[in-house]
Amino acid sequence: MASSITLQIRRYRPEDEREPVWESFEVPDRPEWMVLDGLNYIKDRLDGSLSYRWACRMGVCGSCGMVVNGKPVLTCATYLSALGPDPVRVEPIKGFPVIRDLVVDIEDFVRKLESVKPWIIREKEKPLSEGEYLQTPEQLAEYKQQAMCINCLLCYSACPIYALEPDFIGPAAIALAQRYNLDSRDEGTEERMDILSQHEGIWCCTFVGECSVVCPKDVDPAGAIQRYKVKATTDWFKSVLLPWGKR
Amino acid sequence: METTSHDVLLVGGGGAGLRAAIAVAEADPSLDVAVVSKVYPMRSHTVSAEGGAAAVISPDDSLDAHAYDTISGGDWMCDQDAVEAFVREATEEMLRLEHWGCPWSREPDGHIAVRPFGGMKNERTWFAADKTGFHMLHTLYQTSLKYRTTMYDEWFVTRLLVEQGRCQGIVAIQLATGKIHAILAKAVILCTGGCGKVFPFTTNANIKTGDGMALAYRAGVPLKDMEFVQYHPTGLPFTGILITEATRSEGGYLINKDGYRYLQDYDLGKPEPKPVLRSMELGPRDRLSQAFVKELEKGRTVETPHGHVVHLDIRHLGERVIDTKLPFVRELCRKYENLDPVRELIPVRPVVHYMMGGVHTDIHGATSLPGLYAAGEVACVSINGANRLGSNSLTELLVFGARSGKAAAKYAAEQAEPAGGLLAQALDEERRLGEVLLGKANGRERIAGLRDEMQGAMESGAGIYRDAGSLEAAAGRVAEIQERFKSAALDDRSLTFNTERIAWLELSNMLELAEAIIASALARRESRGAHQRTDHPERDDGRYLAHSLAHRHDGGGPRIEYLPVTITRWPPGERVYGR
Repeated sequence: MASSITLQIRRYRPEDEREPVWESFEVPDRPEWMVLDGLNYIKDRLDGSLSYRWACRMGVCGSCGMVVNGKPVLTCATYLSALGPDPVRVEPIKGFPVIRDLVVDIEDFVRKLESVKPWIIREKEKPLSEGEYLQTPEQLAEYKQQAMCINCLLCYSACPIYALEPDFIGPAAIALAQRYNLDSRDEGTEERMDILSQHEGIWCCTFVGECSVVCPKDVDPAGAIQRYKVKATTDWFKSVLLPWGKR
Repeated sequence: METTSHDVLLVGGGGAGLRAAIAVAEADPSLDVAVVSKVYPMRSHTVSAEGGAAAVISPDDSLDAHAYDTISGGDWMCDQDAVEAFVREATEEMLRLEHWGCPWSREPDGHIAVRPFGGMKNERTWFAADKTGFHMLHTLYQTSLKYRTTMYDEWFVTRLLVEQGRCQGIVAIQLATGKIHAILAKAVILCTGGCGKVFPFTTNANIKTGDGMALAYRAGVPLKDMEFVQYHPTGLPFTGILITEATRSEGGYLINKDGYRYLQDYDLGKPEPKPVLRSMELGPRDRLSQAFVKELEKGRTVETPHGHVVHLDIRHLGERVIDTKLPFVRELCRKYENLDPVRELIPVRPVVHYMMGGVHTDIHGATSLPGLYAAGEVACVSINGANRLGSNSLTELLVFGARSGKAAAKYAAEQAEPAGGLLAQALDEERRLGEVLLGKANGRERIAGLRDEMQGAMESGAGIYRDAGSLEAAAGRVAEIQERFKSAALDDRSLTFNTERIAWLELSNMLELAEAIIASALARRESRGAHQRTDHPERDDGRYLAHSLAHRHDGGGPRIEYLPVTITRWPPGERVYGR
């Protein structure tokens, strides 16, 4: 078990250097280790100044997304050994400004998440005394897939449109809007459509589909966006052809 | 120094913090609410909770039954007035979350579905498959966005500001810039979670370092019942990842190396093919974790490279049930153990999971320091007593998050603007934090090394079974680590996103809590719930039907006092499971 593996890490210390640099570290090659365990080994024993985010180490908090050997992944759910014996390259996720080392500024995403009104919108709220809104398992299944997003931002890192068009709302936020639109308890689809039908909403997406490929939770944002486009188009036709009818 | 001010300030943006923030906004829309959290709210550890949240909803269930299960589960250390309030408000809180969009699992007719859970006599655990905490947290986070609360994301609170006997704000480091800020407030609510990272092997996220407990403790607020540390019986070896109790409520078996359902040997009932409530695998967590240790001593566990384990067998549930009710368990086993529980046994061992103890509060979340409140795992109300029942903690963060939010809103509305002397205190704190960063140039000790040693001391001295000797040894080791901590080294001198300075502050918090846990455990010379003293194996209601209160004082160990348990309708009795 004396073998080791090289981690090449994209480092950026804004107080010391103008441009990011690569730095290599040797870490033990252990079969049960994830990439995150390698990073923790570096931080704990070799260089305490390495900066990155992590929390749950079980693939559900969404903190530790990075680009490893060119692919956006959760580092707590990616075996290190499987990537060796060649050096493994670790970079921050793409599309966001780097604050320091592997930490990026995600404020833009948070603003976009808020902008799609990701909460239940109803004209009239049922009093709690009348109990729950009934929702059959089938109705639950309609939106459940889009409710699984952990906000890890791997889809933004993979999205070629977000890289070019920073105003694009982006895969996870649109998927979340769709999660509420598809919820039988919600009546806010039209309200959300105002935001999403702008150019920066859904129409930027050229259906490359990379977002769904990299999603660690099978949320399928690309599918959600397509479904939304179909709905927006039908609504538009209905409003033009049947202006007197109910949309 | 930059200073801002709000009416009510939440510290921590997990389930309790977000619920409290919404409660403040709804109780008094004129109040200005802010949340400061060391991580983005959706990263908070509530996200990892799996099995479910308890609240009475079935027609054959009752509030009294939920109260009795909770009280007997807590080995009569719960305050019964708090438990009565808890069970009474639980259902409405859970329904409110349903109205906010939480994707609860459903019956075919659309009603809320419930599942059995350990130590519960009736089926009352609401669930969202086996990602209940994840869905609750995201529902709360998304709903909270409606209320336009000010969010200080990735700010680490280092000190409470106390003036004229009132808590009136905090000092925090903004991680991105390293700048120190003072945030003044008329009321502060701590919702920072527990401190599982005091121990080496835990289900807890890396962020669970007990920061809020330490903040309150240093401000003179006592920590209650810190000796009660919950080991969950089923964690994956090496990672400590939780395998939910729902595996057993759906019908999973715990078996030893001979394939034998060993719980039958520990007064937990007889093995039946189907799960029986309050029996065998549906016993309480303390008893199940203790049974594991006994099996280990008898040589009936399985040795692995990462310690001894027993096996959790869910194969007989079949692929369909596993994929519908326990999909996350299958995902975790496949990803982290390279095994498929549809066909293979899951290796498990007890793992530190939850702190029953915490900041001493009343049933409104108020601490002994005016203006300071606490809710969720950071607090000890106490509804969990000496052993929390599975699925009570998610409900607790809703009920007591809401209660503390309402109480803090009322208090804040009656206060004048924060006092002027606070800034001097904040500047003091800024100076101290600057020294942490710069004054460690010649340090010799690595933070991670000290942390590992502290965790080792806690596991060997204050684990599932303790005695005076093991606890005194642990106290000695922790005192020695405290001394060496003074020369801990920082590699990182920069201001921008300096996670090493945060790790230093977290370790200083955990060392304080380690001392409080050990001192509380040493003082309680009886065995009750999760606190098992091999040198005092019996429960002693005559002397210890009382909460321990650990008070910090400089230049010596914590001072321990006792506060009688509140008994309303359930006099202390025997805990009976499986008979």
